[in-house]
Amino acid sequence: MTQTRSSSVTNFDSWKHAYAARAANLSVSEVRALFSVVSRPEVVSLAGGMPDVSALDGALIEEAFNSMMASRRNYALQYGGGQGDLRLREQIQEIMLLDGVQGSVDDIMITTGSQHALELLADLFLDAGDVVMVEAPSYVGAVGIFRHKEAHIEHVFTDEDGISPEALAEAADRMTAAGKKVKLLYLVPNFANPSGVTLSAERRQQVLQVCKERGILIIEDNPYGLLYFENQPPKALRAFDSEGVVYLGSFSKILSPGLRVGYVLAPPAIRDKLILANESAILSPATFAQMLVSEYLSISDWKGQIDRYRNLYREKRDAALEALEQYLPRVQTTKPNGGFFLWLTLPQGLNSKEMLPLAVTELVAYTPGTAFYGDGRGANNIRVCYSHPTAENVKVGIKRLSKVINLQLDLLDTFRAE
Amino acid sequence: MSLRVLILAGGISHERDVSLKSGRRVADALIDAGAEVEIREPDGDLIGHLIASRPDVVWSTLHGAVGEDGTIQSLLELAGIPFVGSDGAAATLAWNKPTAKTILRRHGIQTPDSISLPRATFRELNAESVLAMVGTQLGFPLIVKPAESGSAQGVTKVENASGFAKAMVDAFVYCDTVLIEKFVSGTELAISVVDLGFGPRTLPAVEVEVETGSFGYNERYSPGETTYYVPARLTPGVAERASEVALTAHTALRLRHLSRIDLIVDHEGTPWFLEANVTPGMTETSLFPQAVLADGSDLAESYLAIAQAALRS
Repeated sequence: MTQTRSSSVTNFDSWKHAYAARAANLSVSEVRALFSVVSRPEVVSLAGGMPDVSALDGALIEEAFNSMMASRRNYALQYGGGQGDLRLREQIQEIMLLDGVQGSVDDIMITTGSQHALELLADLFLDAGDVVMVEAPSYVGAVGIFRHKEAHIEHVFTDEDGISPEALAEAADRMTAAGKKVKLLYLVPNFANPSGVTLSAERRQQVLQVCKERGILIIEDNPYGLLYFENQPPKALRAFDSEGVVYLGSFSKILSPGLRVGYVLAPPAIRDKLILANESAILSPATFAQMLVSEYLSISDWKGQIDRYRNLYREKRDAALEALEQYLPRVQTTKPNGGFFLWLTLPQGLNSKEMLPLAVTELVAYTPGTAFYGDGRGANNIRVCYSHPTAENVKVGIKRLSKVINLQLDLLDTFRAE
Repeated sequence: MSLRVLILAGGISHERDVSLKSGRRVADALIDAGAEVEIREPDGDLIGHLIASRPDVVWSTLHGAVGEDGTIQSLLELAGIPFVGSDGAAATLAWNKPTAKTILRRHGIQTPDSISLPRATFRELNAESVLAMVGTQLGFPLIVKPAESGSAQGVTKVENASGFAKAMVDAFVYCDTVLIEKFVSGTELAISVVDLGFGPRTLPAVEVEVETGSFGYNERYSPGETTYYVPARLTPGVAERASEVALTAHTALRLRHLSRIDLIVDHEGTPWFLEANVTPGMTETSLFPQAVLADGSDLAESYLAIAQAALRS
């Protein structure tokens, strides 16, 4: 067909030619769009890894706020240093001790949530094509960062005792033999996101040894360690190696994610670069939020609050496991001793991403397993987050999920399609 | 006094995100035009709020069922509140793609051969033999899509028998009935129709050119993924035929105020009707606002004129 009068042409992005190649990894998706329904009260969301902040004593936060405004107002409203507030860093020392981690206040840097620390570290260490070893499955936010850095994400076999040291050594050696630079091991050793599993004490030592021998830096991300139900998890990896481990912590799960305060404990050389990178990216972490956290830690029984969270999440975990046993006996699940997550393995042939629209119709949301892999695996898995809905709604959500799974099984059976 | 418009956006449908974006875009334009605008989610308080506040006009940008299947329109009719867009009966017919195709075929409009099959059919009959027969009779490639859904969700182009069953499963997760349609190769067009009370008229056709070959969700809503030509690169004769088909579709389906008719023009220049949208998307990459702008109009003035037309209806 010929053009008879001049057409205007648009693709709604005048800068398509100008983006960095890595921006190709940033695009909208149907799954993300489907998650939009999560904000509706009719939908039970087992999707987002959100703490139940309704269990937080609002009066305590108010008191901390008032105290901060009375005593440190001008400081709280001003720029701060790139490393973060000294008093808060001292308080963080005390918190880290609960996980067996001792570190100098000089080696702690405050970040905008620990996600920000991970972004800074990935930026410091990863060139395109470098290898980062992760659990199988791994935290979606980490997979996203590593993918954006164009790193090679190598998932290492993980079971109920956490990542396998033998598989880690084998994968690292295989990558090295293939001419790749294996730079980092990223781990959530306690009540991992998304699997809920905890790395055993024995394996912690073996993982440290494997990485030390091969010059692989460990990033130990520990947002859930204090939220244990029955037994406290083994000491952090950082407790045994101050040079080979960068330790990430966060107030998002033990206080509130809205404050966006996290921290990183790093060996001095890395710390110096992190501070410069932090200043370059954001000048300084939010002083206001740091002061508020600091005041909260000063005036409140914050350990008591963590106990309240632990009891609450234990109750919800129990509700989830009970509902799974009742409604989805064919589905395998991990049984975490803390944290927020269950990792489900569905009957063969089911694809959790493809059945998500059906779940939305049935008013339940979850995160498909593929989100937690950088290599397309996980289609047969679902992450269930039980932390945010009430225990009763966790049960309702799993009941609805069972309907979705049965409908999809019926559909697959009808079409014998996989 | 300025026009008081209540915009409905969001909902629990698969297209909630698109709906929210559409609602905000319409709201921005109407506010620019001087209207008094409130955006609201459909929820348990909606009916009470409508009756208490009695807006001059309701403009629903709700996509998916409830928003497009005639439900919300019928309720507004019952409440006696003017609203933008087609009435409940018309929306119900247009929303169901097989029904709309049947009606338009009776009006002499070409639409690809197709069959719509409910899920229950496949349970009762042998799915494999049903698909084999459909594949043989219609011939590949085929388009498999939910009979009632939007934003290209659950739509697959099936090149041969091997991907047929999977495509059916993907469509059935959105809707209990699936439309299997013969694929027509050609130029993909969206023709918007506006009726301000003086008879429907078409706006310049928007031609969609997709690098990936499929105008799916990502291509529709990610800026930069799709190239649009406005007006479409058609000869005057073909452009006129396409425009006539769009007008006939709008009229035959008894649509009102605004619609978007999606067509394919084949290599011989024949326009084929694909579907009618009673609540066209209004996002920053949507086809209806592109057509309004290509018509030389301003979004604010045009949307206000549509809302005023609804008030007079």
